Amino acid sequence: MSALLDVRDLHTRFRTPSSVINAVNGVSFSVQPGETLAIVGESGSGKSVSMLSIQGLLPPHGGAVEGGKALFQGIDLLQLDKKEMRKINGAKIGMIFQDPMSSLNPVLTIGYQISEALREHEMLSRGEARRRAIDLLRLVGIPMAENRLNDYPHQFSGGMRQRAMIAMALSCNPALLIADEPTTALDVTIQAQILRLVRRLRAERGMALIWITHDLGVVSRIADRVMVMYAGSVVEEAGVLDFYATPRHPYSRGLLSSLPRLDDNVGEQLRPISGQPPDLSKLKAGCPFAPRCPYTIERCVRETPSLVPTGSDPRARVACWRANEIGAYHEQ
Amino acid sequence: MNNEHSSHPLRTHPTKPIISVRNLKKYFPVKKGLLIKRVTGSIKAVDDVSFDVQAGETLGVVGESGCGKSTLGRTLLRLYEPTGGEILIDGIDLASLKPQELVKQRKSMQMIFQDPYASINPRLTVASIIAEPLRIHRGLSGTETRDRVAELMRLVELNPKFLNRYPHEFSGGQRQRIGIARALALNPKVVICDEPISALDVSIQAQVINLLGELQQRLGLTYVFISHDLSMVRHISTRIAVMYLGRIVEIADRKSLFAAPRHPYSQALLSAVCVPDPKRSNSNEIILEGDPPNPARPPSGCRFNTRCPFAFERCLREEPELTPRADGHLAACHLERTTLEDFKGRFSE
Repeated sequence: MSALLDVRDLHTRFRTPSSVINAVNGVSFSVQPGETLAIVGESGSGKSVSMLSIQGLLPPHGGAVEGGKALFQGIDLLQLDKKEMRKINGAKIGMIFQDPMSSLNPVLTIGYQISEALREHEMLSRGEARRRAIDLLRLVGIPMAENRLNDYPHQFSGGMRQRAMIAMALSCNPALLIADEPTTALDVTIQAQILRLVRRLRAERGMALIWITHDLGVVSRIADRVMVMYAGSVVEEAGVLDFYATPRHPYSRGLLSSLPRLDDNVGEQLRPISGQPPDLSKLKAGCPFAPRCPYTIERCVRETPSLVPTGSDPRARVACWRANEIGAYHEQ
Repeated sequence: MNNEHSSHPLRTHPTKPIISVRNLKKYFPVKKGLLIKRVTGSIKAVDDVSFDVQAGETLGVVGESGCGKSTLGRTLLRLYEPTGGEILIDGIDLASLKPQELVKQRKSMQMIFQDPYASINPRLTVASIIAEPLRIHRGLSGTETRDRVAELMRLVELNPKFLNRYPHEFSGGQRQRIGIARALALNPKVVICDEPISALDVSIQAQVINLLGELQQRLGLTYVFISHDLSMVRHISTRIAVMYLGRIVEIADRKSLFAAPRHPYSQALLSAVCVPDPKRSNSNEIILEGDPPNPARPPSGCRFNTRCPFAFERCLREEPELTPRADGHLAACHLERTTLEDFKGRFSE
């Protein structure tokens, strides 16, 4: 099976007058058709910037892709100009962002914003686009869709706005949906509604999904595969069951063990990762996680570990000099 | 008065509580009109809330945005003037104190805020931020103040060498530690923590939670811990109160609440928590339909009736009181008990 999206050795830097921020440092991954990849990382790990780089949506000043390829259905997205990219974004690649209020235009009606993409990409007439918009709003579970079409975004609740965003993202039947922290701003009961909706739509339409989040609980409910990023690099990729059962990178281990367990007792301590994430303008040689890692040896400080295959899953990868040693120790 | 207090139906503990809140209300007026503002209604952010907190325990307060949990926290310290009710802290009713007396009482209760970027003054050094409450409440000499600041910094695991630095030189987690040191400067008995870890990265959250736990044990603090992060609340709390639209719908011990929530809203809320384990199926999830109603116009009767699958005629008419149940929970529901199986039966997905 050929990959739907194949990103190779992506580099993105932000240049400011006083420093260079190495936001994405040689990121490679692939997404198969119909598959859900969760990209996990803390703020500054490069997860959002990687996606913006691929879609040509980096802010016009400062940030630039400085190397790599992003093959989507065989076409290198990084070589396309703005006009060509517009034909793909919104049509073949749909997007949902964290804050629906900042991605919806407050002075246009919901109906207009959903039908805009249809008229632009699929050359539908006004009436046809309107009918499709009503169907889409029904699909995402907005009651009395035909009456809500003329509403403005402020008349929708947070959960309904996120549903409207999903309707927009799905309007042209994309092969890939990129969701950047789509439920972070929502309440848990609304988050549960959105997760159920996305799971259903994914099954019905067979679209691939990239779900960016820092919430390992959400990941376990939606992902087929998990990719962990730290300081602009991929440090681990694995199937979702494997990832939670035997995380191989010390950072992944740290993230999972710093969460409270369901069976803990009052007064029990959490096991946090010590220290702080590194300053991306001052990355040194060696593993970026070495200063916080409990397993650091001399080699970790000297040499940057590359992302190598691990275990029986041919796509599982880890970037740690001691992954095998640590894995063997914990499996005992 | 004291007798009446000890026989109150909400008392679930034999010893005298350190915090005792009775019928607390905080209404915000809704105004309309461009030039001549008229009060056209009110948002009942906290509406008739009563609970006790024992010394040394942590009461977690959970609920969704708009349920009034942050307003409750601020009203407890009279950062917002309560519209009605009593707030007894160590036997003194804060709600009825005069401003000068209130200032004196503030020493015993402090607050840790959500956003460590917004709640500390960026133009002051760490030393002056932490020393500010000492300067206001205690007439300490220069050296005494410096010693106390250094002691507080060590207490929250910040290096006292950095006392002349400014907040922007610290990371989010370290800034939250500065906020904690400031809150502890006057040896408070009660600390209200309002979403203290929401603005922090996952790996830093656990550091701050551990610190709060250690400080509680060392200093015998009582916490009211307000958060929407249910698994963290579960971790740190002794008891948990669940709020919906300005009211407490259930209070119970942490284990008991998570194991067998009684109120239909608690059941839905807790089942929506994403446990980081892909082997757990989604089938036990109760997914509520719809959004929480507008707090300016809550439904009549039980406020949850618009989303509750069990609502019957009485729920539309009569607001349920928080009453003790056989398993020690306090719940505000007309039904004695509802179960997950009942829930599943009522949802035809």
